[in-house]
Amino acid sequence: MDLSSIFNVGTLLNTFNTATIVILAGLGCLMSEQAGMMCIGIDGMMTAGAFAAAVGSWYSGSWLVGVLCAVLVGLLFGCFYGVMVVRYHSDEFIIGVAFNIFAVALTTFILRTVFLQSGSFHPATGEIKTLPYLSLGALGGTNINISLMVPVSWVLIALLQIFLYRTPYGIWLHASGEHPDSLRSVGRSPEKMKYLGSVLCGLFCGLSGAYLSLGYLSTFTENMSAERGYVAVACVIFGRSNPVLVFLAALLFGFIDAAGMRMQGLVDPTLTAAFPYVGTILMMVFLALRNQRKLKAKAGHS
Amino acid sequence: MPEPIVRFFHTSMQFPGVLANDDVSLDIYPGEVFALVGENGAGKSTLMNILYGLNKPTGGTVTVKGQPIRSFSPSEAIRRGIGMVHQHFMLVPSFTVAQNIVLGDEPRRGIFYDKARANQIVEELVAEFGLKVNAHDRVQDISVGLQQRVEILKTLRRGADILILDEPTAVLTPQETDELFEVIRRIVSEKSMTVIIITHKLYEVMAISDRVGVMRQGKLVGVCNTKDVNERILSSMMVGKDVLLDALERIDDHDSTIAIQVEDLHVSDNRGLPAVRGISLQVERGEVLGIAGIEGNGQSELIEAITGLRRRDSGRVLIQGTDTAGMNPGQIRALGLAHVPEDRLSTGVSAQADITDNLVVGKESRKPFSSLGLHLHKKAMKAYAREVFERYDIRAAGIDTAVGSLSGGNMQKVVVAREFSFDTPVLIISQPTRGVDIGAMDFIHQQIMAKRNASCAILLVSADLDELYRLSDRLVTIYEGRLTGEFRPDKIGKQEISHYMTGGGREEERHAQ
Repeated sequence: MDLSSIFNVGTLLNTFNTATIVILAGLGCLMSEQAGMMCIGIDGMMTAGAFAAAVGSWYSGSWLVGVLCAVLVGLLFGCFYGVMVVRYHSDEFIIGVAFNIFAVALTTFILRTVFLQSGSFHPATGEIKTLPYLSLGALGGTNINISLMVPVSWVLIALLQIFLYRTPYGIWLHASGEHPDSLRSVGRSPEKMKYLGSVLCGLFCGLSGAYLSLGYLSTFTENMSAERGYVAVACVIFGRSNPVLVFLAALLFGFIDAAGMRMQGLVDPTLTAAFPYVGTILMMVFLALRNQRKLKAKAGHS
Repeated sequence: MPEPIVRFFHTSMQFPGVLANDDVSLDIYPGEVFALVGENGAGKSTLMNILYGLNKPTGGTVTVKGQPIRSFSPSEAIRRGIGMVHQHFMLVPSFTVAQNIVLGDEPRRGIFYDKARANQIVEELVAEFGLKVNAHDRVQDISVGLQQRVEILKTLRRGADILILDEPTAVLTPQETDELFEVIRRIVSEKSMTVIIITHKLYEVMAISDRVGVMRQGKLVGVCNTKDVNERILSSMMVGKDVLLDALERIDDHDSTIAIQVEDLHVSDNRGLPAVRGISLQVERGEVLGIAGIEGNGQSELIEAITGLRRRDSGRVLIQGTDTAGMNPGQIRALGLAHVPEDRLSTGVSAQADITDNLVVGKESRKPFSSLGLHLHKKAMKAYAREVFERYDIRAAGIDTAVGSLSGGNMQKVVVAREFSFDTPVLIISQPTRGVDIGAMDFIHQQIMAKRNASCAILLVSADLDELYRLSDRLVTIYEGRLTGEFRPDKIGKQEISHYMTGGGREEERHAQ
């Protein structure tokens, strides 16, 4: 087996391309997580966002409108999630699962009844404008083209890192999750921060969806998130809701995914398709072991 | 007399089904330490929550510094210089001391949180008030006493000159309590602050307050100068009858058979860390052995290991001479053991079930409650429950009431009634009167003493030193999973014993070696 066929520039490129889906969804998830709400529903938000982006882009002929549609749909889901969880104290898990089921069903339904297509969205007239590609020249014989959303996601990571740890609002967002009464007792509303968390969660998941259908691929396909939302949740837990750590976890996932794709010629493709998910499980096992070690170290210290 | 700084005027608070504050009129003057005492549920915290804007009164007015409060909210209270240290701290554990102190009103540079300035603010506060804390420490890593300081500094930072302390000593060691009182005296004398302290520990009222207000069933039943009253007068005002401080009758003719024997027991906590590290003890019939310690030093794990609720790592536990190794809780109970668990709500009762079911459970497969263990005789259960209900003076609408709706004291009576009516020779009792009012506390104490006098062997764990002193024949101190001393309660003072509860005794041993 030739290792260079697996570890090459193309793999690196694929790593970033795949990771960006998880990064954007992970940023959304961690905003909600920071505010103390486990948002398992990000997968559904991504699916809905992807559909809205594809339709919006096709209808208007502008990728920007597509992205805005995705963001709008994401915000709608985020608001609904916030109202249900914060105001009506619904179970976060149930709302999340409902989102995931609902989004897949709704997008498939509209695709089949309104656009009379099944499987994926291929309009007879017009075209789905995708996100612009940035050409960064060639490296090792491979042309480096990346979607605009890839560097945008990196900028967002930096912005969120600053927002969470360097601004009072970020501090309040975290306080509203870890100890809401502490925030309430100083006259700030933890509910407002939780709303902010859920709305931002929807926004980033919408972006992730837009990248899925306008960047990673160039159309919408049914159930196109392929449970990557759950992977993002795992990355957020793995990265302890810290944007930079979540980014690194997402890169690890992206790499496993990309390497798996490269190995499709060598191993049964159904097996390589399982790589990212097996990788996620291994990450969780590692996390559990790390926590155990930490506790032991603490005990030895005292 | 100066103008009152806080004035409650015919203030009432009606919750659904409960009149928590009933026409309370109370003046508090600047620069005084005012103690508010009363049983659990008397309405002290409700009244103070109104002042802090957490509750909006349903009747009457509240005036602060001459201005009536119109919009009740914590931010309004903060604006008027009111600070409140809650019983459960309002601190974010993963944040630093500085972050917590400035939370909600952070110093900023542009849109950013100004960390350097926050640390500087803390240092200035420490210098000004003499409350030593380290700005960089994470709150989760510091002691409860220090966390309380952080809370106080947090209110001072916001310019509070009226400080409300809700049960501030409940979580403190005696030394930490002394330190807190030092702080209170200093801020009152040097910074002319007004301090309102909610408590039910009367000796603390005597030690720290200038005036004291007594609440009972939502009403303010009296306000006195502290120097004009004593603990006995206050306690009778609180409950309406004289209950506190009466010595319990002890009948000593125990047969000195060892009923509980623990040998070199090692137990781990939920995280797998050692919690009990080699404890040996014996309890004879007709005696109460009290375990004194700050919570979290292995008491819970010890009790769970003895009663079979937790796996033992090593060591032996003998109940009535039988080794309980490998037995489940039911088998251990069958040896003649009953257990009043520390957390009544999670392990002591079934909150949704009614009083009858909670009293009968454990006996339900016996006669007369069932035949062949299949059919329950409701009539017999009800008759039994009614009898116990009366005997233990459980205050509720009836035996069909869901236990979850009872007050803490009555819920605890249900647990005690059920466990004591097994008539076992061995009783393991944890925190029997935590969060229970004085009336119920005294009643439960009498029941425990009656069991002792009837030759039961009783192992008692409590965070309340007064309770341990009142009931125990012998006391052992526990610290970090080890016993650090054994005492006769009449031979050792509370200050001295608390020294052993915080590991002091062991330190000296180490030095001696």
